[in-house]
Amino acid sequence: MDSAISEATSRAPERTPLADAADTGLKIVVVGGFGVGKTTLVRSVSEIRPLNTEEYMTQAGVGVDETSGVAHKTTTTVAFDFGRISLNETMVLYLFGAPGQERFWFLWDRLFSGTLGAVVLVDTRRMSDSWYAIDRLEHHRTPFVVAVNRFDDDAAYYSLDEIRQALSLPAHIPLLDCDARVRSDGKHVLITLVDHLYKLALAQETTS
Amino acid sequence: MIRRPVDTGSPDRLYTVTGGRSHPVDTAVFDLVTLVVSECDPTPGMQSEHVRILTLCRHPAAVVEIAADLQLPITVVRILLEDLLAAGRITARRPRAAAAADLPESALLKEVLHGLRNL
Repeated sequence: MDSAISEATSRAPERTPLADAADTGLKIVVVGGFGVGKTTLVRSVSEIRPLNTEEYMTQAGVGVDETSGVAHKTTTTVAFDFGRISLNETMVLYLFGAPGQERFWFLWDRLFSGTLGAVVLVDTRRMSDSWYAIDRLEHHRTPFVVAVNRFDDDAAYYSLDEIRQALSLPAHIPLLDCDARVRSDGKHVLITLVDHLYKLALAQETTS
Repeated sequence: MIRRPVDTGSPDRLYTVTGGRSHPVDTAVFDLVTLVVSECDPTPGMQSEHVRILTLCRHPAAVVEIAADLQLPITVVRILLEDLLAAGRITARRPRAAAAADLPESALLKEVLHGLRNL
């Protein structure tokens, strides 16, 4: 009779639960192309093993025979992973690794409105992947920093100045190197972002 | 009665989970990082997804964590949570920094910075 309950209990996650006083969830999004190291960065700073989830998106079908009078819809899913950092007894930061592909941006408002800010993770071997992400973040007016994940086999080691130029990145947007595998680097990237946000907020508060 | 985890590959099955509803829930209440807390224990005969949510949320858990654990899309989890909230079985702690395209207060960001530096 109570099998449903015991089954559910036995499947309860083994990770450490949040503090009972936790009341403020916060979001930071790491955006970047496939294989750039988003999950690696999330894992390096997260207190839990990264988890994966997905959201539906419904699109009008492409190439539908209009004379049929039937509204065809195709449902696809966008998957993303995330980690967690308990900042203190009440504040919890969730760090999302999000794919930079085009369809993902249709879900931005539904998933990531109210995000503190974003990290654009760049692989210099595929710099063009980052242009679109930067353009979309500017469109959504989400403040961001750009972190270059340095890969060992990167033969052409571009300087940060060269990368800033290649990305047409304005001088006030922080740009930094990191090794996404290293916890202290991941932490430094997050601190750079929140420090940037803090300065923006202070400037806004003093002018208004 | 043994129920298997929902097969996310089957939209029909998801309609069963949500009682046929697919309307978008007010995302301001159940943001990805809204923290959900159980206000009661599961009871026998309750829908298995509700049982799992109530068990999981004995300590606070974010909407996105619940979705990951139940292996269900966010939209479906939001509908399940809306039911539990309406029945008074859970409470929802909504994020402070809710307004889109607005910077959070510097005081909040200062707290975040402090937390990150102490990691």
